[in-house]
Amino acid sequence: MARSRVFDGLASHRQPEYNGIDRRVFLQTAVAVGAVAGMSSLARPAAAQTVPLTPGVPAGVRAEATLEALKGKRKLIKLTYRPPNYETPLAVFNDAITPNDAFFVRYHVSDIPEVAAASWRLKIGGEGLNGVAEYGLSDLKSGFEQVEVTAVCQCSGNRRGLSNPHVQGVQWGYGAMGNARWKGVRLRDVLNKAGVKKEAVEIVIDGADKPLVDKTPDFIKSIPAWKALDENTLIALEMNGAPLPHWNGFPARLIVPGWTGTYWMKHLISVQAVTKPYGGFWMAAAYRIPNGKFPLVDRFISQETAANTPITEMVVNSLITAPADGQKLRAGGAVEVKGIAWDGGYGIRQVEVSTNGGKSWRPATLGRDLGRFSFRQWSYRFAPKAGTHTLLAKATNAMGASQTFEAIFNPAGYHHNVVHRVDVVAA
Amino acid sequence: MTKTLLAAAAFAVFIVAAPALAQDEPVKLKDGPGKDAVQAACSACHSLDYIPMNSPFLDRARWDAAIKKMIGPFGAPIDERDVQVILDYLARNYAPQ
Ligand code: HEC
Repeated sequence: MARSRVFDGLASHRQPEYNGIDRRVFLQTAVAVGAVAGMSSLARPAAAQTVPLTPGVPAGVRAEATLEALKGKRKLIKLTYRPPNYETPLAVFNDAITPNDAFFVRYHVSDIPEVAAASWRLKIGGEGLNGVAEYGLSDLKSGFEQVEVTAVCQCSGNRRGLSNPHVQGVQWGYGAMGNARWKGVRLRDVLNKAGVKKEAVEIVIDGADKPLVDKTPDFIKSIPAWKALDENTLIALEMNGAPLPHWNGFPARLIVPGWTGTYWMKHLISVQAVTKPYGGFWMAAAYRIPNGKFPLVDRFISQETAANTPITEMVVNSLITAPADGQKLRAGGAVEVKGIAWDGGYGIRQVEVSTNGGKSWRPATLGRDLGRFSFRQWSYRFAPKAGTHTLLAKATNAMGASQTFEAIFNPAGYHHNVVHRVDVVAA
Repeated sequence: MTKTLLAAAAFAVFIVAAPALAQDEPVKLKDGPGKDAVQAACSACHSLDYIPMNSPFLDRARWDAAIKKMIGPFGAPIDERDVQVILDYLARNYAPQ
């Protein structure tokens, strides 16, 4: 089994504890098990089959993660019970839109009230506004234009579990993200109605969830005023044509297309325009990336320090959703290699596929364009000869930015957009 | 009959276990000295799966820093005397060996 140089390059960055065994050995074992059991596809050891974890996550995740359903959700990968942190299995991303009951769940603090639609109120205020306001659900639905945007919500820490070396935090694999049609009102319309002063620098947002211990900082975030006034930044009341699921922010959450999920405040109860940078823990001491390490366009100038800056837009990324890693294919037959690509809202220009571990690349066919903030599906026809094949996919966005072959290390494990690799066997 | 007994037994276990974990969370930490102190100190704000999930890559120094983060910015009410016991337990059971 000769490996190409590129293949070896990738392999050397893999976590040594990948399933505790060498990848090649694993593949052979899996194939052997498959042959014995007479299985045609998805030959996997029993343990790996129960929880579809991402290769490379820490061993402790393999010991502790389970497939479990929160109320109203289908079974997802449970990383932590309280607060609930559940990720979406890779196979769900075979569809461009992530179903509400399969959408990942992420919380920082554990007191999460079930908000009643009738009594919910959103408070608008702060010294950066001329007036104050308070709205119920029906006020928002009748008093403002209703708009819809299809956008990816991706946790900043998505794929943190693949950081090399590992860093502490929730050890996400590929699935701390989803793509949905979000419908609601523009934050801009709500702010403009109250009158935004020119001194307003940031908009501070808070949700109904609270810490269990008083001294723990409440999860409160801010976004630059210019981003709050962007026509795509919404207060969403609906997700994929239905009310938001409780675990995804019922009855209202902020939608900040292009930017990572940390700003997409759930169970939104307060929007305050401020004239000084907000200094709370979750802005000043968390969600920061070292200056100059990532090729990003959007800056959050009021929060920048000499060393670091808040995370903003998502980096360009892609996944292969089919065939699955380790899948057994029929030699001589044709299969559709397919997947998704997304970025920080510039739009996907191209996806290239390699079926030989990176020795050569061919353009994939892009699927329907659901908007520049959405997952973009892609596909590629592959007719495998007998043997093992390493499939890679690499997306490029409208800015010309592409993915990396090696993660750019940063202390919180953000922005992992290493080219996804899937190994298949054709026989 | 057997079913009822089993159900009753399960219920009894739940009742007994509930106060210790504060919630019905089936996270089982490794047995060893200090486990009780960890369960008491580390389950107030989040479930105990945060510990195994972050293993075994945090070494003793990084577990020490993690405990300090819980006590400092996150405001965990942990007695100074318990910190050593907790750190010893985490370093023995959830650090690279
Ligand atoms: C006062 C509340 C509180 C207590 C008590 C507490 N933690 Fe935490 N812990 C937190 C919060 C808040 C987070 C962040 C949760 C998140 O963002 O998912 C956290 C996260 C963590 C993480 C993930 C890494 C990180 O930095 O986010 C680990 C590991 C952890 N806690 C271990 C412990 C241990 C061990 C103890 C007992 C010594 C403990 N915690 C007690 C509040 C607490």
